[in-house]
Amino acid sequence: MADTALTAPPRSPLAHAAGRLAAATRASGGAVRLAELPFLTQVNVRLDAKGPAADAVALALGLQLPLEPDTVVRAGELRALWLGPDEWLLVGPPGTRHELEGRVREAAGEEPVSVTDVSAQRTTLLVAGPRARDLLAHGCALDLHPRVFGPGRCAQTALGRTQVVLVSRDEARAGFWVLVRSSFAGYLTDWLLDAATEYV
Amino acid sequence: MLLISCPWCGPRDESEFHYGGQAHVPYPQDPSALTDEEWARYLFFRANPKGPFAERWSHATGCRRWFNAVRDTATNEILAVYRAGEERPPTPGPRPADPACPGVPPLGDFEDKAPSGPIEGLGAEPPAHRRTGKRTLTFTFDGTEYQGVHGDTLASALLANGIIAAATSIKLGRPRGIFSAGVEEPNAVVQIEEPFPEPMLPATTVELYDGLVASSLSGQGRLAATPDPARYDAVHDHCDLLIVGAGPAGLAAAAAAARSGARVILADDRPEPGGSLLGTGELLDWVAETTAHLDAASEVRVLRRTTVFGYYDDNHLLAVERRTHHLGAAAPPDVARERVHRIRARRVVLATGAHERSLAFADNDRPGVMLAASARTYVNRHGVLPGRHAVVFTTNDSAYAAALDLHAAGVGIAAIVDTRTDPGEWAERARAAGIEVLPGHAVVGTDGAARLTAVTVAPYGQTVGEREFTADLLLVSGGWNPVAHLFSQAGGRLRFDDALGSFVPDTCRQAVEVAGSASGVLDLAAVLAQGAAAGARALEAEGYAPETPRLPRPPAQPRPTPPMRVFTVPGREGAPRFVDLQRDVTVEDLSRATGAGLRSVEHTKRYTTAGTANDQGKTSGVLASGVVAELLGVDVSELGTTTFRPPYTPVSFAALAGRDRGALSDPVRTTALHEWHVGHGALFENVGQWKRPWYYPRDGEDMESAVLRECAAAREGVAFMDASTLGKIDVQGPDAGVLLDRLYTNMMSTLKVGMIRYGVMCRPDGMVFDDGTVIRLAPDRFLVTTTTGNAAAVLDWMEEWLQTEWPELRVHCTSVTEQWATVALVGPQSRAVLGSLAPQLAVANEDFPFMAWRETTVAGIEARVCRISFSGELAYEINVSPWQALALWEALYEAGAPYGITPYGTETMHVLRAEKGYPIVGQDTDGTVTPQDLGMSWVVSKKKPDFIGKRSYARADTVRPDRKHLVGLLPEDPATFLPEGTHLVADSVLPAPPVPMLGHVTSSYRSAALGRTFALALVKGGRDRIGERLYAPVGDRLVPVTVASPVLYDPEGARRDG
Repeated sequence: MADTALTAPPRSPLAHAAGRLAAATRASGGAVRLAELPFLTQVNVRLDAKGPAADAVALALGLQLPLEPDTVVRAGELRALWLGPDEWLLVGPPGTRHELEGRVREAAGEEPVSVTDVSAQRTTLLVAGPRARDLLAHGCALDLHPRVFGPGRCAQTALGRTQVVLVSRDEARAGFWVLVRSSFAGYLTDWLLDAATEYV
Repeated sequence: MLLISCPWCGPRDESEFHYGGQAHVPYPQDPSALTDEEWARYLFFRANPKGPFAERWSHATGCRRWFNAVRDTATNEILAVYRAGEERPPTPGPRPADPACPGVPPLGDFEDKAPSGPIEGLGAEPPAHRRTGKRTLTFTFDGTEYQGVHGDTLASALLANGIIAAATSIKLGRPRGIFSAGVEEPNAVVQIEEPFPEPMLPATTVELYDGLVASSLSGQGRLAATPDPARYDAVHDHCDLLIVGAGPAGLAAAAAAARSGARVILADDRPEPGGSLLGTGELLDWVAETTAHLDAASEVRVLRRTTVFGYYDDNHLLAVERRTHHLGAAAPPDVARERVHRIRARRVVLATGAHERSLAFADNDRPGVMLAASARTYVNRHGVLPGRHAVVFTTNDSAYAAALDLHAAGVGIAAIVDTRTDPGEWAERARAAGIEVLPGHAVVGTDGAARLTAVTVAPYGQTVGEREFTADLLLVSGGWNPVAHLFSQAGGRLRFDDALGSFVPDTCRQAVEVAGSASGVLDLAAVLAQGAAAGARALEAEGYAPETPRLPRPPAQPRPTPPMRVFTVPGREGAPRFVDLQRDVTVEDLSRATGAGLRSVEHTKRYTTAGTANDQGKTSGVLASGVVAELLGVDVSELGTTTFRPPYTPVSFAALAGRDRGALSDPVRTTALHEWHVGHGALFENVGQWKRPWYYPRDGEDMESAVLRECAAAREGVAFMDASTLGKIDVQGPDAGVLLDRLYTNMMSTLKVGMIRYGVMCRPDGMVFDDGTVIRLAPDRFLVTTTTGNAAAVLDWMEEWLQTEWPELRVHCTSVTEQWATVALVGPQSRAVLGSLAPQLAVANEDFPFMAWRETTVAGIEARVCRISFSGELAYEINVSPWQALALWEALYEAGAPYGITPYGTETMHVLRAEKGYPIVGQDTDGTVTPQDLGMSWVVSKKKPDFIGKRSYARADTVRPDRKHLVGLLPEDPATFLPEGTHLVADSVLPAPPVPMLGHVTSSYRSAALGRTFALALVKGGRDRIGERLYAPVGDRLVPVTVASPVLYDPEGARRDG
């Protein structure tokens, strides 16, 4: 699918919740920041980490796919999240999925590499601010202390009753990304806003 | 909650994993070469050992990798984890059980040995001083208004107002008084009426607030009749060291850890740290100083009003924090009233203290009988005198300190009655203070009605030499029971301590230590040293450097005299001797139990209910064991205690539910079109966690007429529905076709790019598991669709086979369910509607045949259009990005308007497919149905050498002629509706039971196209019965029905191409 030539502006899974997220952010007086980051490019890549394709893809992307479980490697606007020993999620700015998919496929050549556009499979929630960790701790069993889950860490886990990919962002005080399946995004937003009651 | 180590992601909560059964049961190389018995052994037989067991797990919520674990099935301990394909490692032994109290360094390491010898006034000052200057609070009890002060419990405030009787007993209706000063309270259990009704709270734990309204109970509370308006929540906590209890041992442990940088949680159930010191009045300066120190330490959290109530696997502990109760009506509505802390601690120190034990003497339940240390607490902590004239009855030293404090506070101590013949230095001390001590004596009876008036004593074991004392207070101490509840829940073993006369923590496999009186140590200096040592050891084990805290020097104590082990005390003939006050269980009741032949405390507990009330027998448990031991003539150490189970104290259901209630109790999944459906009046059906439009009633329509209208539109004009919820899996790689050939019963590798094939997946036992269409996108890429409810299960299934059996296949599976929104466009006019929006698409039947797919633009939106039909009509499924789904839907609605396009829901979809005899997996199948049973032999390949399920079709059981087949059913009266689940029988008259059942109705509808009702059913030998009449018992009628082909509408398939 082309990123252009649309008859109607794209509508993100949480377009209907933008007002409530912004209101909670304002009411918290800086304690938490909640917002949807819609339309990020997300491409799922599966390849043999020890095979020749790994190096070729790394070269084409300008970043090494992380081999340490639950870590993120970043180069500019592009991030590679470890999802499994042969599985990564590339996350880039909106509108770059064709280009990204093409780069990986071309680099892989004849090697058995799977590349799947999953940009609409999940949307991304920004959870930031000084109380972001406390807010997530209401529903996430992982230890999110910076000693354990500091910048550059990611994890597939549960938040509330939903599966998420949690990313601790590498900029100082940038908080977390919560990547959530689009069909669960409305539920998770309701859950986050309810959990944030004491911080807003 | 177990902590399971994923070989990739490390330790995660057990809830992130799926269990996959026994590991190392390989799929047979050639199933067709196996006998039926050998194949059945592979299918159905698994080992079930007690002990280490290798099993498969999937990190389902995480990296989706399957791996193996060796778990001890007896203890649930995970002994080893290893990756799929790796050899099972040698089984390591179980975790060793470590001593609960590994020992204490000499006291000199911390502080000079305290000098011995008598000292003055153990923490006593005029009690009224404790209450002056504090904020006055007004409360109501049993309809009368009273005043208390800030810091009071309801119990201390009642005592300050001269009220001790706070309940009547549940069975016997005897008046009962405040018995203790803490969570162990068996008597003074009250109903809170305002601000919000709460039943069965011990008055000894209710913090007083302005406007509190409470009433006494006779053993049973009342639930609120209105919904609780308060919020409740939960939080996950992690720490290096959790210390439970902020008494002297817990505070000393925390002090050792405070500045180490380790993450420490100190939890205590009271509003302020101090524990027993608040009651004895000792070392309060040290308590204040240490608390301030801890509050200021950045990685230390002091959780006040927080009861750790459960200790589970892998140091997972649950605690409940009462956050706003004490604020009464002033509680802010946005602050959760209670919060459950789910704490995962690397190390735990239990400093939970000890509960004083009572004695089973005659009439030991009158209001005014109180545990000695509790009376001391009321004096020292609350500045309240629980009576004016007291007798003290003890078997050990500790009651002497209570007597001395009460004496100093102005309570007349008529006598200290000690069962020991030589009470030693403490008795000397009491006598020096002018108190009479009666060694070798016991209480043999009491008098009084609403309150104790007199206590009768006699030499222990004798009936002569009785003396009667006028008293309104009888302080009792039968010794101390370490609070070993959490330790025991952790799997720790207890042992009987002869010197203490009670059960103390012994060993445990979890990383836990016990410090202070919870370990059976009662001497304060030793308690402090033990706490500090336990804290330091825990930190060192976690790699931190503990500090040596400044420990105070407790006042010197008289030399101790060993306690005497006493449970029952002979007394007045016929007077009840209560063991469990809350359940009204007496020595005589227990004697009936042992007389009936019961020999275990677990059995006498169930026979008499002793220990089953909401105090869970905190003051009575060991006493009951002691009594039963005496009755059986055995030593209490042989008998043991009853099992300690969570929760330590009652926890409200609201707290346990937290925010998982109402709309948030379960995720609701919605499609990109959900708001449109809501806006157009759809009613919704829950399918798994999805909300799917069920039908769209127009003004005044009921379900039946709405569905008939929607069905008619789909059969006669054009209709559309949101099919986005179907599961979608992208299967990529050179071996994609091989994988699908092995998983589906039919051949997928021969499918041409651009075409679509329907397929069925079965389990190895040959039973249908899922069905759907498979689209070939490219030579090495397929898109698999699954049923809505089974999407995750199918992906797990594919991954399990790939990762555990066929790792050599070069193929990957990725869920893309939400990457696509899907709209089904159905009906004879669907081609016209699609054609008008897709100018580049050749829509003619010969250009775009059935079971083909095309990429094009629909309404200017990039789309993949599939010509498939779940209704038998000409139909298309249009797949677009969900970001554009609404634009597509609205364009279809507009373009279809001239044709009367009608949105339809799942009910209409079900009717349309049932008219065509298309089964729904999970509705028309139940895990015992083969494709052949469904009449779909055509979907089972004869050519493929093997696929999952194939071998089972040659089993004797799957070729029986009387297997249940899917057939149609037509009630003879075309208006009669058969409820789903209705049984089918052969005869018009029911024979005597058991009635042979021929099958049951799986789907039942009213059909617009057929102009009648119809059903699908699974019927024994059904295909051979077509045309036969059967009977369906509905209510008290036997409804005659005719068996028919499942395809009732357009059996020739003439409508498919429009």
